[in-house]
Amino acid sequence: MKMLNVSISPHVRSSKTTTKIMLDVIIAMSPAMIFGYIYFGWRALLISVLSVASCVLTEFVYEKIMKLPVTIGDLSAVVTGLVLAMCLYSTAPWWIPIVGGVFAILVVKMLFGGIGQNFMNPALTARCFLILSFSRIMTDYPTVTDGITSATPLAAAAKGGFVSYTTLLFGNHSGSIGETSALAILIGAAYLIIRRVISPRIPLYVIGSTIVFVAVFTLMKGETPVTLNYLSVQIMGGGLLAGAVFMATDYTTSPVTKWGRTIYGIAVGLITAVIRCFGSPEGISFAIIMANLLTPMIEKLTYPKPLGTYGKKAEKK
Amino acid sequence: MFKKTFRGGVHIKDMKHLSSGSAIKEYKPQGELVYLMNQHIGAPAVPCVKPGDRVLVGQTIAEPGGFVSAAVVSSVSGAVKTVAAHVCHNGDSALAVTVVNDNEYATVEGYGAERDYTQMTAEEIIAAVKNAGIVGMGGAGFPTHVKLAVKPGTKIDYIICNGAECEPYITCDYRLMLEQADKAVLGMKIVLSVFKDAVGIFGIEANKPEGIAKVKESCGDDGRLSVVPLKKKYPQGGERVMITALTKRRINSRMLPADAGCIVLNFSTAIAIAEAVAYNKPLTHRIVTVTGDAVNEPSNFDAPIGTNVSELVEAAGGFKYEPEKIIFGGPMMGAAVYSLDVPVNKTTSCILLLKKDTVVPEPHECIRCGKCLTVCPEHLMPIKLKNTADANDYAEFEKLNGLECIGCGCCTYICPAKRRLSQSITAAKQFVLAEKKKAAVKK
Repeated sequence: MKMLNVSISPHVRSSKTTTKIMLDVIIAMSPAMIFGYIYFGWRALLISVLSVASCVLTEFVYEKIMKLPVTIGDLSAVVTGLVLAMCLYSTAPWWIPIVGGVFAILVVKMLFGGIGQNFMNPALTARCFLILSFSRIMTDYPTVTDGITSATPLAAAAKGGFVSYTTLLFGNHSGSIGETSALAILIGAAYLIIRRVISPRIPLYVIGSTIVFVAVFTLMKGETPVTLNYLSVQIMGGGLLAGAVFMATDYTTSPVTKWGRTIYGIAVGLITAVIRCFGSPEGISFAIIMANLLTPMIEKLTYPKPLGTYGKKAEKK
Repeated sequence: MFKKTFRGGVHIKDMKHLSSGSAIKEYKPQGELVYLMNQHIGAPAVPCVKPGDRVLVGQTIAEPGGFVSAAVVSSVSGAVKTVAAHVCHNGDSALAVTVVNDNEYATVEGYGAERDYTQMTAEEIIAAVKNAGIVGMGGAGFPTHVKLAVKPGTKIDYIICNGAECEPYITCDYRLMLEQADKAVLGMKIVLSVFKDAVGIFGIEANKPEGIAKVKESCGDDGRLSVVPLKKKYPQGGERVMITALTKRRINSRMLPADAGCIVLNFSTAIAIAEAVAYNKPLTHRIVTVTGDAVNEPSNFDAPIGTNVSELVEAAGGFKYEPEKIIFGGPMMGAAVYSLDVPVNKTTSCILLLKKDTVVPEPHECIRCGKCLTVCPEHLMPIKLKNTADANDYAEFEKLNGLECIGCGCCTYICPAKRRLSQSITAAKQFVLAEKKKAAVKK
């Protein structure tokens, strides 16, 4: 008989692969993106296509030039492109997603070693880079086709305005392409949690702590009354939901430990609230990339305790 | 229904349907029998026969070679052919006694004589277990008499009979539950008679409802015995995990179960104890599941220890397909063999023949999904341990509790990037332990 394969146990593997996980994320993001295309039209679609293409091409070209194995098959560049498109305005000129995509993949991801090695979320870092570099273009938000509100709900709420709940839920208000419809994002979140791609821990702590801190800070300032509508707008009117579900949960840049995820979620919420109450009306993307920087430290502080060391009782016996 | 379990672990397709319906068949060996001297953890046994000697069924052919060691008993009668090195299932070679079967099955005097265990002292029972060469038959092979001879002053509260059989494919304990539950209960009663203050618990995974029912029935109304269904999850049958699930006590790598007042015995081991003490039959046979998609008739055999494995595969109808991989034990913790020319030993619960080797050859970059942390039953951080292990940073490896790893392989199983986490960690662990041993010897 011929010699057989040998290997060290275990000899079976689960069917989950990196590609399947990324595909799940793409599926989860699609309802939110489709809602965006319905409200903002073909330009929103164009922006997404350009963004995804730019990300995938950048990764491909970089790996070809550097003679590295090509990894675009793992779909992580597609996810980066979609996340970037999700938080751009549909009125952005055509070159914005291209510049953003190149920056996200080349500078933030590939130069630090590719998938799993970057320390900040590539798409969000690219977005912040775009906002700081081209601030006038990037803040030129669109009005939806039926033109219900001209300002984003967050900006309206900051002035004490009322935004209807159906508008918040279905997202026919101005904002970034993929972050307006709370309903669509929640569908995506449910899909990710059911497929066990993410645990609900990070989104819940991000949303929960943002609300608590926003309420506290707003009361401290005393300019706008803290009403139920005000808080609902804080959750659903801006990028918080999309950020908490699709961006704060990015594997590479969030802690892997259980308590680390809790601390990280609260940190994101705190920074978001500080920016929203004392700075510009929107702050989730800056908050996430700042919390990304804390990730290695949080992980070190929350190294899990092994099974056999809980309680000193057993040890003494 | 709420079932006891632990935090972590993975759900694997159990594939037990292949062989669970096949009743245990007694197998008569055709060729020579090879008795390895290293069928247990600890010092190898020392042969006490020489080539040309005639041995009988139940005759001790090797004495324990140290404190943690076990005897080896012949399962057939015949002449000793050689006492020489032989290849064993892990690819290593070890000293072995080869016996040519004369097919007479002549037994030693007193073999099979019934004894009343209630009249025996604890020392007599432990001596009977020692002479029978019983070791943990779940896979680790820790000598059972050492387990039972606890340090004076240690209070044992729980005797746990481990019937989890959480590894996929294996059905030997399940068949024993259906066919010989009485004997396992008898074995537990014998151990309970050694530890007067302890209670006995059968921990059985809930995917074996018929087994649970049979064992419950055999326990009758004995107040000291109970049967606890456990959630079906791998590695539910790991010793430390089992103790935590059933008693909420926690042990680490520096402790023995006895330090937490527990003794854990495999289901097959409990039956072996009953045979040895109540019927004076030493450990000469064990149940071996021959299964997998590359074999014609997956079956459970009652095979003499020392039988050549290729004979068992023939008895199971031979190959359906040419196997790409053959595993001794389950797919999660078993050892892959490169040849079938190895003997059955005391811990061979399963011979798994797989048509296809599903192990992905090349791992990808870690995406930091954190799934290895979620599934780790020891609550470790496999991704970090692997990094320190690969960097040969053994001091950091120890600091990060790398020695607590039980090698269950859940992290490698779940990893979407197919990284070989448990392999690296196990290698580093073995290195650290070997270094410690060296340092201790120097002192």
